[in-house]
Amino acid sequence: MTNPKAGKLSFSLPSTMESVSEIEAAAEKLAAEAGIDEDERFRITMAVREAAVNAVLHGNDYDPAKQVTASFENNGKSLIFTLADQGKGVDWENLPDPLAPENLLRGTGRGIFLIRSFMDEVHFRQLQPGTELTLVKHITPAPEQSQAS
Amino acid sequence: MALTIASRELDGVTVLDLSGRITLGEGSVQLREAIRDLISKGSKSILLNLGDVNYIDSSGLGELVGAYTTAKNQGANLKLLNLTKKVKDVLQLTKLYTVFDVYDDEASAIASFK
Repeated sequence: MTNPKAGKLSFSLPSTMESVSEIEAAAEKLAAEAGIDEDERFRITMAVREAAVNAVLHGNDYDPAKQVTASFENNGKSLIFTLADQGKGVDWENLPDPLAPENLLRGTGRGIFLIRSFMDEVHFRQLQPGTELTLVKHITPAPEQSQAS
Repeated sequence: MALTIASRELDGVTVLDLSGRITLGEGSVQLREAIRDLISKGSKSILLNLGDVNYIDSSGLGELVGAYTTAKNQGANLKLLNLTKKVKDVLQLTKLYTVFDVYDDEASAIASFK
């Protein structure tokens, strides 16, 4: 890995849980270096971890031949986390609502909900093959938020 | 930090003191096995003390739900004790806080099973 302070941190990792931990640690480090408080760091780190789990487990299905690529960046206004897998893709816009009464007792289906809850922006992009998620957390208020407060 | 689970009996209630993280690959399987073991041994009252659980992910939430439904399906009761702020926040966000009986002190939790 390169030093995040030097710019964009980019890396490619095998589809393992060790990679998830490595990605989580890198996200925590970037958020800490940006001066994010502990509670917010927890939310950011969890969102990135959930995205990494999705890539390794649901995207690449632990296939050792497939990689997870990630790039993390602090551009001074936002922390931007981009993760991509090489899987067959998922219809992200039509996932069941985990808060619906009929889904509350389901054992799965909360990862994307947590990501969306904890980040300011979440973007999905279909790759050939694979899926790319971009998670954005603003570290300075957006102009309209400043005016509203 | 991986999950550690210690078991004790108190007034007919099995208390599992959990410590660490409940996440995919770091505790969710241990929790599932511990609950199944208790249920198979006939435990009807199970209290999960989460006072030292500082992190739970979506997989861990799924395991808590699974533990709850497994217990319920076997005629047992499973309740939660001492949620840390982070775990409580995630349970509230996902509306699972409304599913579980949650207690802040052990004596009240134990008494609630009677």
